[in-house]
Amino acid sequence: LSICSRTVEPLEYYRRFLKENCRPDGRELGEFRTTTVNIGKCLCSITTADGSALVKLGNTTVICGVKAELAAPAADSANKGYIVPNVELPSLCAERFRSGPPGEEAQAASQFIADVIENSQMIVKEDLCIASGKLAWVLYCDIICLDYDGNLLDASVFALLAALKNVQLPSVTINEETGLSEVNLKQKNPLNIRKHPVATSFAVFDDTLLIVDPTAEEEDLATGTVTIVTDEEGRLCSVHKPGGSPLTGAKLQDCITRAITRHKEVKKLIDKVIKSITPK
Amino acid sequence: SVSPGDTSVLAGLYGPAEAKVSKELPDRAALEVLLRPKVGLPGVMERSREQLLRQTCEAVVLGVLHPRTAISLVLQVLSDAGSLLSCCLNAACMALLDAGLPLAALFCGVTCALQPDGTILLDPTARQEQEARAILTFAIASSERKVLMANTKGSCSVEEMQQCLAAAQRAADTIFGFYRDSVRRRYSKS
Repeated sequence: LSICSRTVEPLEYYRRFLKENCRPDGRELGEFRTTTVNIGKCLCSITTADGSALVKLGNTTVICGVKAELAAPAADSANKGYIVPNVELPSLCAERFRSGPPGEEAQAASQFIADVIENSQMIVKEDLCIASGKLAWVLYCDIICLDYDGNLLDASVFALLAALKNVQLPSVTINEETGLSEVNLKQKNPLNIRKHPVATSFAVFDDTLLIVDPTAEEEDLATGTVTIVTDEEGRLCSVHKPGGSPLTGAKLQDCITRAITRHKEVKKLIDKVIKSITPK
Repeated sequence: SVSPGDTSVLAGLYGPAEAKVSKELPDRAALEVLLRPKVGLPGVMERSREQLLRQTCEAVVLGVLHPRTAISLVLQVLSDAGSLLSCCLNAACMALLDAGLPLAALFCGVTCALQPDGTILLDPTARQEQEARAILTFAIASSERKVLMANTKGSCSVEEMQQCLAAAQRAADTIFGFYRDSVRRRYSKS
């Protein structure tokens, strides 16, 4: 019996588990980690944000805070507001991230989230306009990773969706005489979220094996990753395969089918949590 | 330099050269991609594209043959008239070919635009990209036409994506033919 060390030969150690169709943490190849989500001021405790959510995917912890501010719309799109997502990977979440300007992973994740919002049309920018050409909402969505254990993109998309569902925007009217805006904090409306995109990430091992929801260790050993974002109608909002081992069309189709199944589970979870915090 | 239509990207490859101690990897070559836009400083979009290109190149370059070295790929956008990402991919592959780096396979970039009426358009212009419902970019490998990289903008159904992928795989043959001709022309003179 040869002794295979997890630290000395991590790949060999993993291969032994993959041969038995399971992983060191006891999960099957197609099994997700326990997902928990906390939404809102009481549970999530960002009291200054307009909407907030905390998502835990196993050990990966991501918090999203949404702040709404007023601004003048851009000259070429006078009836559109703005949504500005920003993903931060501070040095507290993992050893590999140093403090300083955002690294490539954080910037790529920010671009991915911006693309998901745009592609899925979960919030239509015209909905954020208050007065065409004069006033519109800007939603600053800050997604901060508190503990990085792989699968950042899934957790971030989930946290963003949950936080946006929690946002309550005060009603704003423009005073005809003075031309100034008046914000009524007593009257709040939720955002109109048209679509609910959910991301599912896979790691590719040795060019053939696909495992779902990789941990940080698995991501380091993997030869490639694929992230599929679907919405409730089964439409693809994003197929994100940044390089890595080549996959056939059939394998990609397999990922998409699993992503659609995952979407249903996540949607059920979000609906349950939203219902539990809405005051009756 | 690769220019399909009016989109033009200049690629320069440096390496395998000595790597800085902070960046070197003990068992393989460290690949770095820099994408410079035509105007302005590189932003978040460029960083995300650099990551796509870098991981695509890492999948084909046999880095284990050159451990502790650095390979730098610098791409400069000269003009953008649509299908920019696939142009960058093609430029990157040709630069890797020209430099003579050991590769496991070649790859090519193909952009598909899904128009509002459902027709698939390959290699769209900027105008066609704006009108399209969805734009899908694939990097197809030369071995068995597998998918190396996929990036989508806009939403589409699963069937549409599979149709675009099939169309891209067929188009890849034309591009690989172009690679072969270019390389043949280059080496026939000298």
